[in-house]
Amino acid sequence: MSNPRVRPGRYFMMGNMACADGAIAAGCEFAAGYPITPATEIANRLAERLPQVGGLFLQMEDEISSIAAIIGASWAGKKVMTATSGPGISLMLENIGFALGVETPCVIVNVQRGGPTTGMPTAGVPGDMVQVKRGSHGDYEIIALCPASPQEMFDHTILAFNLAEKFRSPVFILADAFIGHMREEVVIPSPDQIEIAYRKLPEPGSDPQKIRGFLDENVAPMPVFGRGFKAHVTSSCHDEYGKRNLSDVSALDHFVRSLCNKILNHKEEIIRVEKNYDGAEVVLVSYGAVSRAAAMAALRAKEEGLAVGTFRLITAWPFPNEEIEKMSKSARKVIVLENNLGQLFPYIKAAADCHAEVSFMPPRVIGEIHDPEAILKKIREVLP
Amino acid sequence: MSAVVHPLHRFIRPSVASTTNCPGCGNGIVAQAIMRAIDELSLTMDDFVYVSGIGCAAWIPSPFFNADVLHTTHGRPIAFALGIKMGLPEKKVMVVSGDGDLTAIGGNHLIHNARRNVDMIVVCLNNGIYGMTGGQAAPTTPMGLKTTTTPYGTFEAPFDISRLVIAAGASFVARWTTHHARQLTASIKKAMQRKGFSFIEVITQCPVQFGKKTGSGSSVQMMREYKEKSILTKEAEKLTEEELQGKIVVGEFVMKDIPEMVEEIRKMKQRASGEKK
Repeated sequence: MSNPRVRPGRYFMMGNMACADGAIAAGCEFAAGYPITPATEIANRLAERLPQVGGLFLQMEDEISSIAAIIGASWAGKKVMTATSGPGISLMLENIGFALGVETPCVIVNVQRGGPTTGMPTAGVPGDMVQVKRGSHGDYEIIALCPASPQEMFDHTILAFNLAEKFRSPVFILADAFIGHMREEVVIPSPDQIEIAYRKLPEPGSDPQKIRGFLDENVAPMPVFGRGFKAHVTSSCHDEYGKRNLSDVSALDHFVRSLCNKILNHKEEIIRVEKNYDGAEVVLVSYGAVSRAAAMAALRAKEEGLAVGTFRLITAWPFPNEEIEKMSKSARKVIVLENNLGQLFPYIKAAADCHAEVSFMPPRVIGEIHDPEAILKKIREVLP
Repeated sequence: MSAVVHPLHRFIRPSVASTTNCPGCGNGIVAQAIMRAIDELSLTMDDFVYVSGIGCAAWIPSPFFNADVLHTTHGRPIAFALGIKMGLPEKKVMVVSGDGDLTAIGGNHLIHNARRNVDMIVVCLNNGIYGMTGGQAAPTTPMGLKTTTTPYGTFEAPFDISRLVIAAGASFVARWTTHHARQLTASIKKAMQRKGFSFIEVITQCPVQFGKKTGSGSSVQMMREYKEKSILTKEAEKLTEEELQGKIVVGEFVMKDIPEMVEEIRKMKQRASGEKK
């Protein structure tokens, strides 16, 4: 039996297309969105392919309703996603907080562009790296992945769906216009090689009064709608049963801490980094499109006999501070490369500063990937 | 000895022990109209998914109804409801919220889903004011009324919500007041039995905020006023706009059979997968 959701083969494919194909391979059943550069190709592809496999893409009246509709469909038991860019995320932030608060699996793709405000839509600038973690109001933890190639747009989208299902959480793909619009080889494996995760549900026929469907640090079963669970789902402060409590601050404390701990207690399972710094005196820390320039610079440095390594964040959130600290113990100098004015730099510096000298290298021009030659120059500067 | 149990009590969530409504609030009349409709049609709470936003009216399904309930962010319940309907097309999806929630912050979702004619029921409790936050002006507050945010009187024209939703393309639109509990129940029953975007506006009293602001007084006085001011749509057709000033036109304004979105999506999927009809 062939699986119409997966089309195995080797393709020359755009990153945004690979993202949509990854979503369909992961089992996405419903997507909603609003056209926006540079993410629109994802919506176009989903609109074409989802109905062919029994799913649906809806073009909504705005990004606010897009995120609302996918959260609603997720509570109806579907695997869901939306794709947008920075301005769309800004509009979605309130309901992203809602999704966190009521523990809704959903995948949100941000193909980042030049900001602030309407900015420059076709420029690839990862300028929303902290927005995903701190943009919605209140304390919370989030999961965010940083693909660096069209292949990873496919792979990470599947991973994002699996993490969303396992942890009942919104999961971000933080791509940018470079990665979204890049065309490269994408290998789509056969369906049996793709791991697919599903959310835990309460036992069928459970007594609705006894379902503890929220605030479990080890992820509560999700009392999805339409199965007789009579779920009371409110984003207002609530207890394990979903019962609203707006008067007792200890209930609020429990609400906030258990949602955060659900992610923080599982950092080891969630966090992925790419380490290539054995014996390196200088380590280039980066993520996304810039990591490609960092890898090239490290290669050339090694050819010159310089002890240079790389460290790539695949997971930006939860923040891999332990892995960065460990790296900093073996490196003498750390150079952080971001195609922005240093959004993750303070977090990386805080984790690495104890053991290594940490410096930041901004792009020559915002929106332009670092020139490997310029990185080499910087390496020679920091080396004694 | 057995205690007398209200026949509709079975629809109330067992963990709910008390109401959050102020004395004299119209919420109870509307909640009962919904439950009576379910009872009279021999439906169960499991046939429904309820969605509400923020405000006093939104607290009718959340937490009172013993069913699947999504209590959402301010203004967005219809957008969440659309997603739920896409995932559970066989369920009746019902939004219960207020005029501030659905027509101010949520106005865009109201008109677009009326345009889509997606199969859902929206009950909009219109009390003409922001009750929960303490009596601020709403897009439905009558011109000139002094509220906490318009201490010198409002200077904006109010929405006629039902007309707005009719213009946006809804296939069933009715308006009643809390004085019309029977008629309201009958319209909710019709909405539950048909496919399409069914919108029911209920003019409802908020004696604590609106009543104080207008001097219209107690709940009973406000409902008496609704009775006196109401005119059936058939009668209203005979009057001029001027003659209708100060009247509340009630009745079922629109009931039409036009393409419904869930059904249109079903056909689209057949086209996409190459199946024949």
